[in-house]
Amino acid sequence: MTLFIEQCLNGLQFGLLLFLLAAGLTLVFGIMDLVNLAHGSLYMVGAYFAATFAAFTGSFVLGAVLALVATLLVGMAVEVIAMRRLYGRDHLDHVLGTFGLILFFDESVRLIWGPAGLSLPLPPWLNTSVQILPGVHYSAYRLAIIVVTLAVAAFLYFLVMRTRIGMLIRAGASNREMVGALGVNIKLLYTLVFGLGAALAGLAGLMQAPILTVEIGMGEKILILAFVITVIGGIGSIRGALVAAIFVGFIDTLGRAFFPDMLRLMFTKEVAATAAPALSSMLIYLLMAIVLIVKPEGLFSAGNR
Amino acid sequence: MTAKLTVRNVVVAALLIALALLPVYAEFGGNRFVLTLFTRIVILAMAAVSLNLILGFGGMMSFGHAAYLGIGGYAVGILAHEGVTSGFVQWPVALAVSALFALVIGALSLRTRGVYFIMITLAFAQMAYYIVSGLARYGGDDGLTIYKRSQFFEPLNLSSKVQFYYLCLALLYGSVYVVYRLINSRFGLVIQGARSNDTRMRAIGFPTYRYKLACFVIAGTMCGLSGALLANHTDFVSPAMMYWTRSGDLIIMVVLGGMGSVAGPVFGAVALLVLEEVLSSITEYWQIILGPLLLLVVLFARGGIDGLLRQAGPKPEQKVHQ
Amino acid sequence: MSALLQVENLAKRFGGIIATDDIVLNVAAGELHAVIGPNGAGKTTLIAQLSGQLMADSGRIHFEGHDITRLPPYKRSALGLARSFQITSLFLDFSVLDNVALAVQARAGHSFHFWRDARTETALREPARAALARVGLDKRADWPASALSHGEHRQLELAMALAGSPRMLLLDEPMAGLGPEESARMVDMLRALKKELTILLVEHDMEAVFALADRITVLVYGRVIASGKPDEIRNNAAVRDAYLGENEGAGHG
Repeated sequence: MTLFIEQCLNGLQFGLLLFLLAAGLTLVFGIMDLVNLAHGSLYMVGAYFAATFAAFTGSFVLGAVLALVATLLVGMAVEVIAMRRLYGRDHLDHVLGTFGLILFFDESVRLIWGPAGLSLPLPPWLNTSVQILPGVHYSAYRLAIIVVTLAVAAFLYFLVMRTRIGMLIRAGASNREMVGALGVNIKLLYTLVFGLGAALAGLAGLMQAPILTVEIGMGEKILILAFVITVIGGIGSIRGALVAAIFVGFIDTLGRAFFPDMLRLMFTKEVAATAAPALSSMLIYLLMAIVLIVKPEGLFSAGNR
Repeated sequence: MTAKLTVRNVVVAALLIALALLPVYAEFGGNRFVLTLFTRIVILAMAAVSLNLILGFGGMMSFGHAAYLGIGGYAVGILAHEGVTSGFVQWPVALAVSALFALVIGALSLRTRGVYFIMITLAFAQMAYYIVSGLARYGGDDGLTIYKRSQFFEPLNLSSKVQFYYLCLALLYGSVYVVYRLINSRFGLVIQGARSNDTRMRAIGFPTYRYKLACFVIAGTMCGLSGALLANHTDFVSPAMMYWTRSGDLIIMVVLGGMGSVAGPVFGAVALLVLEEVLSSITEYWQIILGPLLLLVVLFARGGIDGLLRQAGPKPEQKVHQ
Repeated sequence: MSALLQVENLAKRFGGIIATDDIVLNVAAGELHAVIGPNGAGKTTLIAQLSGQLMADSGRIHFEGHDITRLPPYKRSALGLARSFQITSLFLDFSVLDNVALAVQARAGHSFHFWRDARTETALREPARAALARVGLDKRADWPASALSHGEHRQLELAMALAGSPRMLLLDEPMAGLGPEESARMVDMLRALKKELTILLVEHDMEAVFALADRITVLVYGRVIASGKPDEIRNNAAVRDAYLGENEGAGHG
């Protein structure tokens, strides 16, 4: 039972982390109509920055804050140098151009930090566990991730639904010309939105860094999950991204944790051992297939795309 | 078709002849490596030709095409591992499994369009990647060595580098011809009509879904064959064959060569893989050059190599390309 | 009654907006039936529902006695119900002849023919050339469709609708954007066509409508407010109030 609660929390934590990535992806797509494969690279960059800055300053929190700012700046630079030229073009152009960016980012990271991975050690005050229920302990750091991501989700909600920038974002998503006609500096708005997406990806990367190794290619693996979430949730919908991300986080984590045991109950040990890893990694894709059959436009589709 | 003497046609013919003469050069020039490189190029060109059928002519932006490379390859690898080395069994199985996968994935993905289609094909291909990574019996992440290449009748021997090269080349030319016939048939016109204007196609009476699905299956099967070739070429299969960046490579070949041109992907494959070879001999960090180069191609040379060749010749009068 | 097309209580809503509401419409075989109404009256929505691009929320559509309410577009087209589009919607990267040949092919059984060069099949090319000749576009057959003028695009639209030898045409504003000369030519063409085909015409050009229509239905805010012979419509008070009044100042009286 303790294990089950722990895995549920892990699922929630992973799902919320995925939400950060999917939210940026869906925001950029919803507003600029841009498919950004390099989103995972920004996640990776965030993690590398955090590991470097934390080692440099000797403070985990300071390193994280610096990494966040640095990723935001990298994102805005990428927008100004490259992405801007891709707006209004074919989605295939987006795919190819941002694929080129992935190669560039991966190789740059290899050039700067070398091929070996980095690690980001946790400070002692986060590297403990707290008692969340009588007799149930949970990692303080993972709990912190849950709190931070929930705060970010609330911030995003507030930003998009309650502020002037958010109004522009929503208007831009539905009516590009109108925003232009209002005399808003649309170029700046796009740069900011892209930067925001980059910062969200960077935040996800730097928070994941202490749990996993910081390595080249870490962005690509998680990007696919972010795509699955976007497809399930409906492209352009932040609410959809949140719901789908938590779903995917749960199914992926719980599937990996308990699915092999379930197989073992039904089949022989040998069958379970062979099939379990393959099958449990399939679960979220099966979920996606089912959603597609029922609602081809995703659960919370923005409707017009 | 009456072939006109344009710059483009001359260059296409020159490329086809050059590829056919390559083993001669390799033999007399004493450059054995070049034959290995070009065998690989020819095999991946075939995969790109098949992708071009759905991407260039059908307008279906599949980002999961490398899955069929892996499926075709693993069909050969797994059968070889289990002691079945006859190509007459291995290859049909490779084709059949690829076709089946394409049918299932296509049936689901083609319910959507645009960005959804890109992401979904990508996700399903990645699912296939994780499945083979989980096949512990067949090497899992580490892959599977193939100790014996596919066996056919005497005197065909796939272990002979030259014979194998010519077999791959013949299959590549065969697939280019098949695609050429397909796109000019009734079926091909429906596919291209659906790319151009799907709503209209349905309005004038075409159930486009089933045609697109058929096209998707044909392309997947064709790519499965190149997967079987690739497995024989490397004597090894691993999940990396079908990692999503490989799908990206195939798209690059198609776009670099020129979408919607039958021979374009062959140019694209030669250009990309030779470029990789050259760049990697210059610097270890060659992708730092290749990445931005791709971005530049997207921004400034959208028609690819085929587009440049078309412009090189005299302007054709008011005629529709084909 | 011997209506070729029978529409009963057809309704379609988009969110809270009612696009068509309880529409009843009968088009007899051989007549040219015009549907008019101010912008936003639901005319294009009606055509889209008849041709199957949109599925009705409620109501029934019968064509030649078949209930086609739930049929997808391609099946309706196979029964002989062809439509043209208001916004020119052609295969711009195809040749003019290819465009029409595709429409012929659509009615020539399934298209799972993988090998033979379709551009050399006389069974497809000849009827296509004939349809082009009927609309006066035969000289443009080998041009890319993208190179045609706007007026020629409308002619090509018509040729494509004709190429499938349909029983009935649904024409969505065929005169839209045409100059006076091109409009006159289109009216002549439609007058010739109505001898052979049943036509449902949605059009803004009142002069053309009153010149061509056997019967007229007036839509306002998705509802039928009147239906009858051109003279009855002209003298209908409700129609004058709701709609024609606007046009009197513009000289269409």
